[in-house]
Amino acid sequence: MIDHPIIRVQHLVRTFGNVKAVDDVTFDVRKGETFAFLGPNGAGKTTTIKMLTTVLRPTSGTLELDGLNPVADSTEVRKRIGVVFQDPSLDNELTAWENIDIHGALYHVPRRVRRERAEALLRLFELWERRDDLVKTFSGGMKRRLEIARGFLHTPKVLFLDEPTLGLDPQSRNQMWTHVKNLNATEGVTVFLTTHYMDEADRVADRIAIIDHGKIVATGSSAELKQQTGADSLEGAFLALTGNTIRDESASAEDRVRQFVKVWRR
Amino acid sequence: MNVVFVLWLREVKKYLRSRVQIVASLGGPLMYLGVLGFGLGPVFRRAGEGSYLQFMAPGVIGMTVLFTAMFSGIAMLWDRQFGFLKETLVAPVPRVQIMIGRTLGGATTAVLQGVLIFAVSLVAGFRPASALAVPLAFLIIALIAIVFAALATAIGSSLKEMQGFQMVMNFLVMPMFFLSGALYPLNGLPGPLAFLTRIDPLTYGIDGVRGVMLGTSHFGVALDIGVLVGVGLVFVTAGAWRFSRIEV
Repeated sequence: MIDHPIIRVQHLVRTFGNVKAVDDVTFDVRKGETFAFLGPNGAGKTTTIKMLTTVLRPTSGTLELDGLNPVADSTEVRKRIGVVFQDPSLDNELTAWENIDIHGALYHVPRRVRRERAEALLRLFELWERRDDLVKTFSGGMKRRLEIARGFLHTPKVLFLDEPTLGLDPQSRNQMWTHVKNLNATEGVTVFLTTHYMDEADRVADRIAIIDHGKIVATGSSAELKQQTGADSLEGAFLALTGNTIRDESASAEDRVRQFVKVWRR
Repeated sequence: MNVVFVLWLREVKKYLRSRVQIVASLGGPLMYLGVLGFGLGPVFRRAGEGSYLQFMAPGVIGMTVLFTAMFSGIAMLWDRQFGFLKETLVAPVPRVQIMIGRTLGGATTAVLQGVLIFAVSLVAGFRPASALAVPLAFLIIALIAIVFAALATAIGSSLKEMQGFQMVMNFLVMPMFFLSGALYPLNGLPGPLAFLTRIDPLTYGIDGVRGVMLGTSHFGVALDIGVLVGVGLVFVTAGAWRFSRIEV
Protein backbone atom coordinates (compact mmCIF):
# COMPACT_ATOMS: atom_id res chain seq x y z
CA MET A 1 0.00 0.00 0.00
CA ILE A 2 2.76 2.47 -0.90
CA ASP A 3 0.89 3.59 -3.99
CA HIS A 4 -1.46 6.48 -3.63
CA PRO A 5 -4.93 5.37 -4.75
CA ILE A 6 -5.81 6.51 -8.27
CA ILE A 7 -9.37 7.33 -7.24
CA ARG A 8 -10.25 8.60 -3.81
CA VAL A 9 -13.84 9.40 -2.92
CA GLN A 10 -14.72 10.81 0.48
CA HIS A 11 -18.14 11.58 1.92
CA LEU A 12 -19.55 12.09 -1.56
CA VAL A 13 -23.15 13.34 -1.69
CA ARG A 14 -25.34 14.18 -4.65
CA THR A 15 -28.97 15.16 -4.34
CA PHE A 16 -31.63 15.60 -7.00
CA GLY A 17 -34.33 17.76 -5.50
CA ASN A 18 -34.76 16.17 -2.08
CA VAL A 19 -33.70 12.68 -3.13
CA LYS A 20 -30.18 11.68 -2.13
CA ALA A 21 -28.94 9.66 -5.10
CA VAL A 22 -25.49 9.33 -3.56
CA ASP A 23 -25.39 9.57 0.22
CA ASP A 24 -22.04 9.90 1.99
CA VAL A 25 -20.05 7.50 -0.16
CA THR A 26 -16.37 6.82 0.64
CA PHE A 27 -14.04 4.45 -1.22
CA ASP A 28 -10.62 4.17 -2.87
CA VAL A 29 -9.61 2.53 -6.11
CA ARG A 30 -6.02 1.32 -6.39
CA LYS A 31 -3.82 1.94 -9.38
CA GLY A 32 -4.11 -0.81 -11.98
CA GLU A 33 -6.90 -2.76 -10.37
CA THR A 34 -10.26 -3.70 -11.79
CA PHE A 35 -12.88 -2.27 -9.51
CA ALA A 36 -16.55 -3.20 -9.79
CA PHE A 37 -19.39 -1.10 -8.53
CA LEU A 38 -22.46 -3.23 -7.95
CA GLY A 39 -25.90 -2.24 -6.86
CA PRO A 40 -29.59 -2.50 -7.69
CA ASN A 41 -31.21 -0.07 -10.14
CA GLY A 42 -31.20 3.47 -8.83
CA ALA A 43 -28.55 2.71 -6.21
CA GLY A 44 -26.35 5.61 -7.34
CA LYS A 45 -23.80 3.87 -9.55
CA THR A 46 -24.21 6.00 -12.64
CA THR A 47 -24.51 9.18 -10.60
CA THR A 48 -21.15 8.41 -8.96
CA ILE A 49 -19.55 7.69 -12.34
CA LYS A 50 -20.92 10.92 -13.75
CA MET A 51 -19.30 12.86 -10.93
CA LEU A 52 -15.97 11.08 -11.33
CA THR A 53 -16.04 11.71 -15.08
CA THR A 54 -16.69 15.46 -14.59
CA VAL A 55 -20.13 15.62 -16.17
CA LEU A 56 -22.00 16.15 -12.91
CA ARG A 57 -21.04 18.26 -9.92
CA PRO A 58 -21.16 16.75 -6.44
CA THR A 59 -23.44 18.35 -3.88
CA SER A 60 -20.74 17.84 -1.25
CA GLY A 61 -17.77 15.63 -0.41
CA THR A 62 -14.37 15.30 -2.05
CA LEU A 63 -13.30 13.53 -5.21
CA GLU A 64 -9.80 12.84 -6.37
CA LEU A 65 -8.62 11.18 -9.56
CA ASP A 66 -4.88 10.76 -10.06
CA GLY A 67 -4.43 13.46 -7.46
CA LEU A 68 -6.69 15.89 -9.33
CA ASN A 69 -10.11 17.27 -8.54
CA PRO A 70 -12.70 16.47 -11.26
CA VAL A 71 -14.58 19.68 -10.48
CA ALA A 72 -11.68 22.14 -10.44
CA ASP A 73 -9.36 20.43 -12.94
CA SER A 74 -11.97 18.93 -15.22
CA THR A 75 -9.87 19.23 -18.38
CA GLU A 76 -6.86 17.53 -16.81
CA VAL A 77 -9.06 14.77 -15.39
CA ARG A 78 -10.72 14.25 -18.76
CA LYS A 79 -7.32 13.67 -20.38
CA ARG A 80 -6.69 10.83 -17.96
CA ILE A 81 -9.96 8.96 -18.32
CA GLY A 82 -11.81 6.97 -20.92
CA VAL A 83 -15.56 6.62 -20.55
CA VAL A 84 -17.97 4.10 -21.97
CA PHE A 85 -21.40 5.32 -20.97
CA GLN A 86 -24.43 3.23 -20.22
CA ASP A 87 -26.09 4.56 -23.37
CA PRO A 88 -24.21 4.36 -26.65
CA SER A 89 -22.32 7.49 -27.66
CA LEU A 90 -21.17 6.67 -31.18
CA ASP A 91 -22.09 8.60 -34.27
CA ASN A 92 -24.13 6.11 -36.28
CA GLU A 93 -23.81 8.09 -39.49
CA LEU A 94 -20.03 7.85 -39.49
CA THR A 95 -17.79 4.85 -40.08
CA ALA A 96 -16.02 3.01 -37.28
CA TRP A 97 -12.74 4.54 -38.38
CA GLU A 98 -14.15 8.05 -38.42
CA ASN A 99 -15.57 7.61 -34.94
CA ILE A 100 -12.19 6.54 -33.66
CA ASP A 101 -10.42 9.29 -35.56
CA ILE A 102 -12.64 12.05 -34.14
CA HIS A 103 -12.02 10.65 -30.69
CA GLY A 104 -8.27 10.82 -31.28
CA ALA A 105 -8.55 14.44 -32.35
CA LEU A 106 -10.71 15.32 -29.35
CA TYR A 107 -8.09 13.81 -27.05
CA HIS A 108 -5.15 15.40 -28.90
CA VAL A 109 -3.58 12.06 -29.82
CA PRO A 110 -0.90 12.86 -32.44
CA ARG A 111 -1.98 11.76 -35.89
CA ARG A 112 0.67 9.08 -36.37
CA VAL A 113 0.12 7.54 -32.95
CA ARG A 114 -3.62 7.73 -33.53
CA ARG A 115 -3.36 5.71 -36.74
CA GLU A 116 -1.18 2.99 -35.24
CA ARG A 117 -3.14 2.65 -32.07
CA ALA A 118 -6.50 2.78 -33.80
CA GLU A 119 -5.43 -0.03 -36.08
CA ALA A 120 -4.11 -2.14 -33.21
CA LEU A 121 -7.27 -1.64 -31.16
CA LEU A 122 -9.64 -2.25 -34.06
CA ARG A 123 -7.77 -5.45 -34.85
CA LEU A 124 -7.84 -6.51 -31.24
CA PHE A 125 -11.59 -5.94 -30.96
CA GLU A 126 -12.09 -7.65 -34.33
CA LEU A 127 -13.49 -4.62 -36.09
CA TRP A 128 -10.63 -3.89 -38.47
CA GLU A 129 -12.33 -5.48 -41.48
CA ARG A 130 -15.40 -3.36 -40.88
CA ARG A 131 -13.60 -0.08 -40.22
CA ASP A 132 -15.03 1.67 -43.28
CA ASP A 133 -18.63 0.64 -42.66
CA LEU A 134 -21.13 3.02 -41.16
CA VAL A 135 -21.71 2.31 -37.49
CA LYS A 136 -25.47 2.12 -38.03
CA THR A 137 -24.91 -1.18 -39.82
CA PHE A 138 -23.21 -2.67 -36.73
CA SER A 139 -24.77 -5.10 -34.26
CA GLY A 140 -25.13 -4.14 -30.60
CA GLY A 141 -22.06 -6.14 -29.67
CA MET A 142 -19.93 -4.55 -32.37
CA LYS A 143 -20.98 -1.07 -31.31
CA ARG A 144 -20.05 -1.85 -27.74
CA ARG A 145 -16.67 -3.20 -28.78
CA LEU A 146 -16.05 -0.11 -30.86
CA GLU A 147 -16.89 2.13 -27.92
CA ILE A 148 -14.52 0.26 -25.66
CA ALA A 149 -11.76 0.26 -28.27
CA ARG A 150 -12.30 3.99 -28.60
CA GLY A 151 -12.11 4.42 -24.84
CA PHE A 152 -8.62 2.92 -24.87
CA LEU A 153 -7.35 4.99 -27.81
CA HIS A 154 -5.87 7.86 -25.82
CA THR A 155 -4.20 5.48 -23.28
CA PRO A 156 -6.26 6.63 -20.33
CA LYS A 157 -5.17 5.96 -16.77
CA VAL A 158 -8.68 4.98 -15.77
CA LEU A 159 -11.33 3.45 -18.00
CA PHE A 160 -14.92 3.79 -16.79
CA LEU A 161 -17.32 1.17 -18.08
CA ASP A 162 -20.92 1.75 -17.07
CA GLU A 163 -22.84 -1.49 -17.70
CA PRO A 164 -20.81 -2.17 -20.83
CA THR A 165 -22.25 -5.61 -21.43
CA LEU A 166 -25.92 -4.71 -21.13
CA GLY A 167 -27.85 -6.50 -23.83
CA LEU A 168 -24.88 -8.49 -25.16
CA ASP A 169 -24.90 -12.24 -25.69
CA PRO A 170 -22.60 -14.40 -23.53
CA GLN A 171 -20.08 -14.81 -26.38
CA SER A 172 -19.70 -11.06 -26.86
CA ARG A 173 -19.52 -10.47 -23.11
CA ASN A 174 -16.90 -13.09 -22.66
CA GLN A 175 -14.78 -11.85 -25.52
CA MET A 176 -15.12 -8.25 -24.45
CA TRP A 177 -13.89 -8.93 -20.94
CA THR A 178 -10.98 -10.95 -22.24
CA HIS A 179 -9.82 -7.93 -24.24
CA VAL A 180 -10.43 -5.51 -21.39
CA LYS A 181 -8.51 -7.67 -18.94
CA ASN A 182 -5.66 -7.98 -21.43
CA LEU A 183 -5.35 -4.25 -21.79
CA ASN A 184 -5.73 -3.88 -18.05
CA ALA A 185 -2.71 -6.16 -17.64
CA THR A 186 -0.54 -4.89 -20.52
CA GLU A 187 -1.18 -1.16 -20.21
CA GLY A 188 -1.84 -0.97 -16.49
CA VAL A 189 -5.15 0.81 -17.05
CA THR A 190 -7.32 0.97 -13.97
CA VAL A 191 -10.79 -0.29 -14.86
CA PHE A 192 -13.84 1.01 -13.02
CA LEU A 193 -16.96 -0.88 -14.03
CA THR A 194 -20.57 -1.34 -13.11
CA THR A 195 -22.63 -4.35 -14.07
CA HIS A 196 -25.72 -6.32 -13.15
CA TYR A 197 -24.08 -9.62 -14.05
CA MET A 198 -22.60 -11.07 -10.88
CA ASP A 199 -20.66 -13.79 -12.67
CA GLU A 200 -18.94 -11.06 -14.64
CA ALA A 201 -17.96 -9.08 -11.55
CA ASP A 202 -16.84 -12.29 -9.89
CA ARG A 203 -14.60 -13.09 -12.82
CA VAL A 204 -13.04 -9.74 -13.71
CA ALA A 205 -13.02 -7.57 -10.60
CA ASP A 206 -10.15 -7.47 -8.12
CA ARG A 207 -12.31 -5.59 -5.70
CA ILE A 208 -15.99 -4.91 -5.47
CA ALA A 209 -18.05 -2.23 -3.76
CA ILE A 210 -21.74 -2.85 -3.23
CA ILE A 211 -23.87 0.25 -3.17
CA ASP A 212 -27.52 0.45 -2.18
CA HIS A 213 -29.79 3.44 -1.59
CA GLY A 214 -26.83 5.70 -2.31
CA LYS A 215 -24.67 4.15 0.42
CA ILE A 216 -21.79 1.68 0.23
CA VAL A 217 -22.86 -1.42 2.13
CA ALA A 218 -19.73 -3.56 1.62
CA THR A 219 -16.32 -3.44 -0.04
CA GLY A 220 -13.85 -6.24 -0.67
CA SER A 221 -12.82 -8.98 -3.04
CA SER A 222 -15.43 -11.42 -4.23
CA ALA A 223 -14.06 -14.02 -1.78
CA GLU A 224 -14.21 -11.55 1.10
CA LEU A 225 -17.79 -10.61 0.34
CA LYS A 226 -18.83 -14.26 0.18
CA GLN A 227 -17.06 -14.97 3.42
CA GLN A 228 -18.55 -11.92 5.10
CA THR A 229 -22.11 -12.97 4.21
CA GLY A 230 -21.64 -16.72 4.37
CA ALA A 231 -22.99 -17.01 0.82
CA ASP A 232 -21.51 -19.46 -1.67
CA SER A 233 -21.80 -17.19 -4.68
CA LEU A 234 -21.33 -13.48 -5.31
CA GLU A 235 -24.98 -13.30 -6.27
CA GLY A 236 -25.88 -14.77 -2.90
CA ALA A 237 -23.66 -12.24 -1.15
CA PHE A 238 -25.17 -9.42 -3.19
CA LEU A 239 -28.73 -10.43 -2.30
CA ALA A 240 -27.80 -10.91 1.34
CA LEU A 241 -26.41 -7.37 1.42
CA THR A 242 -29.05 -5.59 -0.61
CA GLY A 243 -32.18 -7.62 0.11
CA ASN A 244 -34.66 -9.20 -2.25
CA THR A 245 -36.96 -6.26 -2.87
CA ILE A 246 -37.24 -5.11 -6.45
CA ARG A 247 -36.16 -1.51 -6.78
CA ASP A 248 -38.48 -0.18 -9.44
CA GLU A 249 -40.05 2.06 -6.91
CA SER A 250 -36.96 3.84 -5.70
CA ALA A 251 -35.69 4.13 -9.25
CA SER A 252 -38.89 5.66 -10.51
CA ALA A 253 -39.01 8.07 -7.59
CA GLU A 254 -35.62 9.31 -8.63
CA ASP A 255 -36.72 9.47 -12.23
CA ARG A 256 -39.77 11.44 -11.22
CA VAL A 257 -37.66 13.95 -9.39
CA ARG A 258 -35.34 14.22 -12.37
CA GLN A 259 -38.30 14.75 -14.64
CA PHE A 260 -39.61 17.39 -12.29
CA VAL A 261 -36.29 19.15 -12.11
CA LYS A 262 -36.06 19.06 -15.91
CA VAL A 263 -39.43 20.68 -16.38
CA TRP A 264 -38.80 23.17 -13.67
CA ARG A 265 -35.49 24.25 -15.14
CA ARG A 266 -37.05 25.36 -18.40
CA MET B 1 -8.11 24.33 -33.79
CA ASN B 2 -7.87 20.73 -34.84
CA VAL B 3 -10.97 20.01 -32.78
CA VAL B 4 -12.98 22.73 -34.50
CA PHE B 5 -11.90 21.35 -37.86
CA VAL B 6 -12.74 17.74 -37.03
CA LEU B 7 -16.22 18.60 -35.77
CA TRP B 8 -16.80 20.87 -38.74
CA LEU B 9 -15.74 18.07 -41.06
CA ARG B 10 -18.12 15.69 -39.32
CA GLU B 11 -21.10 17.93 -40.08
CA VAL B 12 -20.09 18.41 -43.70
CA LYS B 13 -19.45 14.69 -44.24
CA LYS B 14 -22.80 13.79 -42.79
CA TYR B 15 -24.47 16.36 -45.02
CA LEU B 16 -22.81 15.10 -48.17
CA ARG B 17 -23.76 11.52 -47.29
CA SER B 18 -27.43 12.24 -46.77
CA ARG B 19 -28.30 12.36 -50.48
CA VAL B 20 -31.94 11.49 -49.94
CA GLN B 21 -32.29 14.32 -47.48
CA ILE B 22 -30.63 16.77 -49.85
CA VAL B 23 -33.06 15.88 -52.61
CA ALA B 24 -36.01 15.98 -50.22
CA SER B 25 -35.01 19.40 -48.95
CA LEU B 26 -35.19 20.78 -52.49
CA GLY B 27 -38.94 20.17 -52.53
CA GLY B 28 -40.01 23.25 -50.59
CA PRO B 29 -37.84 25.78 -52.39
CA LEU B 30 -38.83 24.30 -55.76
CA MET B 31 -42.48 24.81 -54.86
CA TYR B 32 -41.87 28.43 -53.97
CA LEU B 33 -39.78 29.14 -57.05
CA GLY B 34 -41.87 27.18 -59.51
CA VAL B 35 -45.40 27.58 -58.25
CA LEU B 36 -45.35 30.91 -56.44
CA GLY B 37 -42.72 32.39 -58.72
CA PHE B 38 -44.65 31.74 -61.89
CA GLY B 39 -48.11 31.84 -60.30
CA LEU B 40 -47.81 35.27 -58.75
CA GLY B 41 -45.49 36.55 -61.47
CA PRO B 42 -48.23 38.17 -63.63
CA VAL B 43 -49.82 39.98 -60.67
CA PHE B 44 -46.45 41.25 -59.52
CA ARG B 45 -45.64 42.53 -62.99
CA ARG B 46 -49.00 44.25 -63.34
CA ALA B 47 -48.33 46.01 -60.04
CA GLY B 48 -45.27 47.48 -61.70
CA GLU B 49 -42.71 45.62 -59.60
CA GLY B 50 -40.96 43.77 -62.42
CA SER B 51 -40.16 40.06 -62.47
CA TYR B 52 -41.36 38.18 -59.39
CA LEU B 53 -38.91 35.35 -59.98
CA GLN B 54 -36.03 37.85 -59.93
CA PHE B 55 -37.43 39.33 -56.75
CA MET B 56 -38.11 36.14 -54.85
CA ALA B 57 -35.10 33.98 -55.82
CA PRO B 58 -32.86 35.66 -53.19
CA GLY B 59 -35.71 35.19 -50.71
CA VAL B 60 -35.96 31.49 -51.43
CA ILE B 61 -32.19 31.11 -51.12
CA GLY B 62 -32.43 32.91 -47.76
CA MET B 63 -35.26 30.63 -46.70
CA THR B 64 -33.23 27.54 -47.54
CA VAL B 65 -30.26 28.81 -45.60
CA LEU B 66 -32.50 29.65 -42.62
CA PHE B 67 -34.12 26.21 -42.58
CA THR B 68 -30.92 24.24 -43.06
CA ALA B 69 -29.06 26.21 -40.42
CA MET B 70 -31.91 25.87 -37.94
CA PHE B 71 -32.02 22.13 -38.57
CA SER B 72 -28.48 21.85 -37.27
CA GLY B 73 -30.14 22.55 -33.93
CA ILE B 74 -32.24 19.41 -34.40
CA ALA B 75 -29.06 17.52 -35.18
CA MET B 76 -27.86 18.51 -31.74
CA LEU B 77 -30.98 17.09 -30.06
CA TRP B 78 -30.40 14.02 -32.16
CA ASP B 79 -26.84 13.78 -30.84
CA ARG B 80 -28.14 14.20 -27.34
CA GLN B 81 -30.66 11.42 -27.86
CA PHE B 82 -28.18 9.07 -29.48
CA GLY B 83 -25.28 9.94 -27.29
CA PHE B 84 -22.59 11.43 -29.48
CA LEU B 85 -22.92 14.74 -27.68
CA LYS B 86 -21.68 13.09 -24.48
CA GLU B 87 -18.60 11.82 -26.25
CA THR B 88 -17.66 15.39 -27.11
CA LEU B 89 -18.62 16.79 -23.71
CA VAL B 90 -16.29 14.52 -21.70
CA ALA B 91 -13.37 15.17 -24.03
CA PRO B 92 -10.55 17.35 -22.66
CA VAL B 93 -11.48 20.22 -24.95
CA PRO B 94 -12.93 23.63 -24.15
CA ARG B 95 -16.64 23.54 -24.87
CA VAL B 96 -16.44 26.71 -26.89
CA GLN B 97 -14.31 24.88 -29.49
CA ILE B 98 -16.90 22.15 -29.75
CA MET B 99 -19.64 24.73 -30.12
CA ILE B 100 -17.74 26.63 -32.83
CA GLY B 101 -16.96 23.45 -34.76
CA ARG B 102 -20.59 22.36 -34.72
CA THR B 103 -21.93 25.80 -35.57
CA LEU B 104 -19.54 26.36 -38.46
CA GLY B 105 -20.36 22.87 -39.71
CA GLY B 106 -24.09 23.63 -39.60
CA ALA B 107 -23.49 26.98 -41.30
CA THR B 108 -21.42 25.34 -44.04
CA THR B 109 -24.14 22.84 -44.88
CA ALA B 110 -26.61 25.73 -45.01
CA VAL B 111 -24.39 27.57 -47.49
CA LEU B 112 -24.00 24.43 -49.61
CA GLN B 113 -27.75 24.05 -49.66
CA GLY B 114 -27.98 27.72 -50.66
CA VAL B 115 -25.61 27.09 -53.57
CA LEU B 116 -27.86 24.27 -54.70
CA ILE B 117 -30.96 26.46 -54.66
CA PHE B 118 -29.06 29.24 -56.39
CA ALA B 119 -28.24 26.80 -59.20
CA VAL B 120 -31.87 25.69 -59.38
CA SER B 121 -33.07 29.29 -59.55
CA LEU B 122 -30.64 29.95 -62.43
CA VAL B 123 -32.28 27.10 -64.29
CA ALA B 124 -35.70 28.57 -63.50
CA GLY B 125 -34.64 31.83 -65.14
CA PHE B 126 -33.17 33.93 -62.33
CA ARG B 127 -30.40 36.23 -63.54
CA PRO B 128 -28.11 38.09 -61.10
CA ALA B 129 -27.05 41.58 -62.13
CA SER B 130 -23.47 40.46 -62.78
CA ALA B 131 -21.27 37.42 -62.28
CA LEU B 132 -19.14 39.46 -59.90
CA ALA B 133 -22.14 39.95 -57.64
CA VAL B 134 -22.41 36.23 -56.93
CA PRO B 135 -19.37 35.75 -54.66
CA LEU B 136 -20.24 38.87 -52.68
CA ALA B 137 -23.82 37.64 -52.32
CA PHE B 138 -22.53 34.36 -50.96
CA LEU B 139 -20.51 36.22 -48.39
CA ILE B 140 -23.78 37.62 -47.10
CA ILE B 141 -25.38 34.18 -47.36
CA ALA B 142 -22.55 32.80 -45.22
CA LEU B 143 -23.31 35.48 -42.64
CA ILE B 144 -26.99 34.50 -42.63
CA ALA B 145 -25.95 30.87 -42.17
CA ILE B 146 -23.71 31.67 -39.19
CA VAL B 147 -26.38 33.83 -37.55
CA PHE B 148 -28.98 31.06 -37.64
CA ALA B 149 -26.66 28.14 -36.99
CA ALA B 150 -25.54 29.94 -33.82
CA LEU B 151 -29.16 30.58 -32.87
CA ALA B 152 -29.89 26.90 -33.48
CA THR B 153 -26.99 25.93 -31.22
CA ALA B 154 -28.31 28.19 -28.47
CA ILE B 155 -31.79 26.71 -28.80
CA GLY B 156 -30.57 23.13 -29.24
CA SER B 157 -28.50 23.44 -26.06
CA SER B 158 -31.51 24.63 -24.10
CA LEU B 159 -34.00 22.03 -25.29
CA LYS B 160 -34.02 18.54 -23.85
CA GLU B 161 -36.54 16.79 -26.02
CA MET B 162 -37.37 16.52 -29.68
CA GLN B 163 -40.90 17.78 -29.11
CA GLY B 164 -39.55 21.19 -28.26
CA PHE B 165 -38.25 21.62 -31.74
CA GLN B 166 -41.74 21.57 -33.23
CA MET B 167 -42.47 24.66 -31.17
CA VAL B 168 -39.34 26.31 -32.44
CA MET B 169 -40.25 25.51 -36.04
CA ASN B 170 -43.78 26.83 -35.76
CA PHE B 171 -43.27 29.81 -33.52
CA LEU B 172 -39.83 30.97 -34.53
CA VAL B 173 -38.58 29.61 -37.85
CA MET B 174 -41.77 29.92 -39.89
CA PRO B 175 -42.53 33.45 -38.61
CA MET B 176 -38.95 34.49 -39.33
CA PHE B 177 -39.36 33.28 -42.88
CA PHE B 178 -42.75 34.86 -43.49
CA LEU B 179 -41.76 38.16 -41.90
CA SER B 180 -38.47 38.42 -43.76
CA GLY B 181 -39.74 40.01 -46.94
CA ALA B 182 -38.61 36.93 -48.83
CA LEU B 183 -41.91 36.87 -50.68
CA TYR B 184 -43.03 40.51 -50.71
CA PRO B 185 -41.47 43.97 -50.93
CA LEU B 186 -40.82 45.78 -47.67
CA ASN B 187 -42.21 49.18 -48.66
CA GLY B 188 -45.75 50.27 -47.91
CA LEU B 189 -46.47 47.55 -45.34
CA PRO B 190 -49.05 48.15 -42.58
CA GLY B 191 -47.46 49.46 -39.38
CA PRO B 192 -47.34 46.34 -37.18
CA LEU B 193 -46.14 44.14 -40.03
CA ALA B 194 -43.51 46.71 -41.00
CA PHE B 195 -42.30 46.68 -37.40
CA LEU B 196 -42.14 42.89 -37.22
CA THR B 197 -40.25 42.61 -40.49
CA ARG B 198 -37.65 45.02 -39.14
CA ILE B 199 -36.88 43.02 -36.01
CA ASP B 200 -36.36 39.84 -38.05
CA PRO B 201 -32.65 39.32 -38.77
CA LEU B 202 -33.45 37.34 -41.90
CA THR B 203 -35.02 40.49 -43.40
CA TYR B 204 -31.60 42.14 -43.49
CA GLY B 205 -29.97 39.01 -44.84
CA ILE B 206 -32.34 38.70 -47.76
CA ASP B 207 -32.30 42.44 -48.37
CA GLY B 208 -28.51 42.29 -48.54
CA VAL B 209 -28.51 39.40 -50.99
CA ARG B 210 -31.04 41.26 -53.13
CA GLY B 211 -28.99 44.42 -52.92
CA VAL B 212 -25.91 42.66 -54.22
CA MET B 213 -27.52 40.35 -56.76
CA LEU B 214 -30.10 42.76 -58.16
CA GLY B 215 -28.73 46.15 -57.20
CA THR B 216 -31.90 47.13 -55.34
CA SER B 217 -32.07 47.01 -51.57
CA HIS B 218 -34.39 48.53 -49.02
CA PHE B 219 -31.95 49.31 -46.21
CA GLY B 220 -28.67 49.45 -48.13
CA VAL B 221 -26.14 46.63 -48.18
CA ALA B 222 -23.86 48.25 -45.59
CA LEU B 223 -26.62 48.38 -42.99
CA ASP B 224 -27.69 44.84 -43.85
CA ILE B 225 -24.19 43.51 -43.27
CA GLY B 226 -23.84 45.56 -40.11
CA VAL B 227 -27.03 44.11 -38.64
CA LEU B 228 -26.04 40.55 -39.57
CA VAL B 229 -22.62 40.90 -37.98
CA GLY B 230 -24.10 42.43 -34.83
CA VAL B 231 -26.84 39.82 -34.45
CA GLY B 232 -24.32 37.11 -35.32
CA LEU B 233 -22.04 38.18 -32.47
CA VAL B 234 -24.95 38.14 -30.04
CA PHE B 235 -26.13 34.68 -31.16
CA VAL B 236 -22.65 33.14 -31.17
CA THR B 237 -22.11 34.42 -27.63
CA ALA B 238 -25.50 33.13 -26.54
CA GLY B 239 -24.83 29.78 -28.23
CA ALA B 240 -21.44 29.41 -26.57
CA TRP B 241 -22.94 30.29 -23.21
CA ARG B 242 -25.88 27.89 -23.49
CA PHE B 243 -23.64 25.14 -24.84
CA SER B 244 -21.20 25.53 -21.95
CA ARG B 245 -24.05 24.84 -19.55
CA ILE B 246 -25.31 21.56 -20.99
CA GLU B 247 -25.46 18.78 -18.43
CA VAL B 248 -25.67 15.17 -19.52
